[in-house]
Amino acid sequence: MASLAIETENLGRIYKIRGNKKEKQIRKELVALQEVNLQIEQGELFGLLGPNGAGKTTLIKILVTLLAPTTGQARVAGFDVVDQPQLVRPRINMVSGGESSGYGLLTVRENLWMFAQFYGLSSKEANRRIEELLTMVGIADRMHTKSSDLSTGLRQKMNIVRGFLTDPEVLFLDEPTLGLDVGASRDVRRFILEWLDVPPLPGREGREPALSGAKGEGRRTLLLTTHYMVEADELCDRVAIINEGRVLACDTPSALKQRLQRDALFEIETSPLNGLSAEALVSLPEVRKATLSERDGGATLNLVLVEEAALAGVINVLSQKNVRILKLSKREPTLEDVFVDLVGRSMEEMEKVGASEQ
Amino acid sequence: MAESSFATRNLQPTTRNSESWRSFRIATWLGWQIESNWADPFLFAVYSIIKPLSGAAILVVMYGIIAQGNFSNPLFPYIYLGNAFYIYAGAMMTGVSWAVIDDREHYKTLKYMYIAPIRIPVYLLGRGVARFITGSFSVIITVLAGVLFLHLPLDVMTANWPLFFLALFIGVVMLAMMGLLIGSISLLLVHHVGFLGDAVASALYIFSGAIFPLDVLPAWLRPIGFIMPITYWLELVRRSLIGNVAQAFPTLAGFSNMELLGILLGLSLLFGVISILTFRFCDRRAREKGLIDRTTNY
Ligand SMILES: Nc1ncnc2c1ncn2[C@@H]1O[C@H](COP(=O)(O)OP(=O)(O)O)[C@@H](O)[C@H]1O
Ligand SMILES: [Mg+2]
Repeated sequence: MASLAIETENLGRIYKIRGNKKEKQIRKELVALQEVNLQIEQGELFGLLGPNGAGKTTLIKILVTLLAPTTGQARVAGFDVVDQPQLVRPRINMVSGGESSGYGLLTVRENLWMFAQFYGLSSKEANRRIEELLTMVGIADRMHTKSSDLSTGLRQKMNIVRGFLTDPEVLFLDEPTLGLDVGASRDVRRFILEWLDVPPLPGREGREPALSGAKGEGRRTLLLTTHYMVEADELCDRVAIINEGRVLACDTPSALKQRLQRDALFEIETSPLNGLSAEALVSLPEVRKATLSERDGGATLNLVLVEEAALAGVINVLSQKNVRILKLSKREPTLEDVFVDLVGRSMEEMEKVGASEQ
Repeated sequence: MAESSFATRNLQPTTRNSESWRSFRIATWLGWQIESNWADPFLFAVYSIIKPLSGAAILVVMYGIIAQGNFSNPLFPYIYLGNAFYIYAGAMMTGVSWAVIDDREHYKTLKYMYIAPIRIPVYLLGRGVARFITGSFSVIITVLAGVLFLHLPLDVMTANWPLFFLALFIGVVMLAMMGLLIGSISLLLVHHVGFLGDAVASALYIFSGAIFPLDVLPAWLRPIGFIMPITYWLELVRRSLIGNVAQAFPTLAGFSNMELLGILLGLSLLFGVISILTFRFCDRRAREKGLIDRTTNY
């Protein structure tokens, strides 16, 4: 037990929302997180995968001592986040993606140096690490640029370096690639993996071990949230799938996908659907799940079939509705399929539902 | 082994003292970077001179009209010095409290400050230091202009400098703590609270005897002035610089310097304690309500 980097027990959070001007008296309650029980070992790269509004940021905010939970408890690096924030804080750091934070009037180096100072790092060591990490993310040439002159993407890279700079025992990355282009996202993912291989920076072994006697002792732990399933699949040792505030499953990506191994997965590209619904497909025998996404002049169906033979029924229905099949392929299961299997809808559909409810 | 790991140790033990010191030191540095962030240092200097002087000029014109040009009345140095030193009140109160809003809304760094092993109240006070420096510049220029052009009867030889610096020190710390009080409250307010520091500073301008003695106020408003440490602080500053001005006004004339100093110290401590308790309360509430990283667009 003592070796856990992060541990939550029935963690829950309710937001109280004041109604708008018309409905002033009405105070709505929004359950953002409920009964979250996670146990993350030291040295794990742990992913939290879920659609927008699932509660990922809320969970991170509780774990980094920014937000009080409504129910339950959480321990990070061995300390309670509510009762001992001053012991948690020196051992952690956090980066939120999709925002441009930092002091625009300071240079990249000055911004990073300042935050290193807050953690008691010597200037010499801070400057050495800044150069090393900026080189790793490929923006060492911008070290002396005012951060206001950086593009959003580069600013986000600077922010990511800020999180890694203090070599925390537990690092929280909230959607680190949100808003980045494909190339920059790849850089960031590669950086995260590279960093886990860098031997602990000087200063770390001298630190009071908060947790002792465990196999992963002193190793870096990283909790990453994302709504890109590829990212979770590619990076994480273990993934928790979260939806509407609940953790629905938690395992290694391959074990999660294992659940669907017996099923047959097909992706079909078609002409417009002419009113065909997912429900109509699921009502067919041996069709477990079906999701549709329509775009201009066509649609993509994703099917989870109990057996390949069930495909015949689907094709039948399609031709009855005058839907032409443009492309049909059998797929390996992805984490997205795991999500659909657990929730009954795709992450994209969940986000649409969430947005229309607000 | 133990020896070598100690040698490479760069994360110093986080005692409260070292935590406070580095919070203050870096906040001061940051505050100064922000305060002096002028593309053109020449413009910065001009602005720093013109702004306090124009403030004083407005006051002088108004006084000139009301007192029909009688600048030898002791009311003139009373108003002039009160106004000059009140610059500190505005600078410190808005400087410290503005840091909360600036870091949260503009730079979006407040949450990162919060999760760092620093002491937030000390950090906020540190952000006020730069304002103290630029404020001092304005105060000195205003007083100097008064002496050179308006016959402000300030005599360097007869001024009570020890009393002046002691009162100034207590006063500036007191103003910074008032700033912390406003900053703490700003933590809980989300919508457009930028003006809060300014609003409080402007309100107290009237109630702290800065530009007229408290007797001018209706009796039921005077208590506000009497519980404000700023009132006693301004009185001490006036007395230490121009001793005889004070005697012309009955409000606080009954008190000796030592008594005034005692009251100032006592009230400052009281407000200091209130500030810290308020911070603790607001800090807890802000974390319960999730306001530390809240921006106004929510
Ligand atoms: N400060 C807040 N006040 C009210 N509701 C909030 C607040 N922050 C988040 N929420 C709501 O809580 C739910 C979870 O949000 P969040 O944790 O940000 O999800 P995610 O990071 O997975 O997108 C959402 O429905 C969101 O609208
Ligand atoms: Mg989020």
